[in-house]
Amino acid sequence: MLKLKAARTLPARASALGWRMLDPRSCWSLRVDLVAAAGPMSAADLPLAIDVCRAATRGDWSALWLGPDEQLLVGLDSAHAQLAPRLAAALDGVAHSIVDVSHRQAAIELSGPGATRLLAMGCPLDFDLRSAPVGFCTRTVYAKAEVVLWRQDTQRFQLQAWRSFLPYVTGLLALGSQELTAGI
Amino acid sequence: MLIIPCPYCGPRPELEFSYGGQAHVTRPTAASNPSPAEWNAFQYERANLKGLHAERWRHIHGCARFFNVVRDTTTDEILRSYRSGEK
Ligand SMILES: [Zn+2]
Repeated sequence: MLKLKAARTLPARASALGWRMLDPRSCWSLRVDLVAAAGPMSAADLPLAIDVCRAATRGDWSALWLGPDEQLLVGLDSAHAQLAPRLAAALDGVAHSIVDVSHRQAAIELSGPGATRLLAMGCPLDFDLRSAPVGFCTRTVYAKAEVVLWRQDTQRFQLQAWRSFLPYVTGLLALGSQELTAGI
Repeated sequence: MLIIPCPYCGPRPELEFSYGGQAHVTRPTAASNPSPAEWNAFQYERANLKGLHAERWRHIHGCARFFNVVRDTTTDEILRSYRSGEK
């Protein structure tokens, strides 16, 4: 009885369970040795995420740490054409690979007091701010789909999923919102 | 669910990983001119230990790296993890 009562009084409610598709953005997979790339990227005013599972932002571009030599660069669609030449010039002489993955994935924004609960319905990570502070980013799973998760603010997350998994992911988010709203 | 300590990302849920079999199985070099029995051992013979087992895991839905884990096969307790190429 006590448990039930506690669950009913939790703050997440309909208005709080916001998620929406974001406009298309420019996304690039960058594979490079971080130590070798740090200086050149900084000199070119481009971000490079050095810390494990953390994002770095510089100007219009953000770099998400996905692996020890793998970054996901995310920026505005309008700046898409400029990035490849900028990166190639910056990393001239440093072994690297850049792949345009903009059409592979789409971004969903989850925000509001219910965001972590909605995420936790599909993702087994700990969303406490001590283990996933603002700026935290990682590749992980939402139910059975691989996603990239980025905590942009205390109650605002960006979830990137491959487009072929979108109906699955958004279907689960819609169902999850309904369940949380209904207090199930 | 197991919590597996990725040497790159830290402790993460088992769902993000895929299993890679026994660790430290060395492929015979062509120069050593391996016999069919040696090839067979490399490809198919595994320890199947009861107790401490060094095994490979891949953080496939994370940093995507292979690494090694020492796990007790009787209790599933993970004693440590270390990067590929380390002992
Ligand atoms: Zn990892």
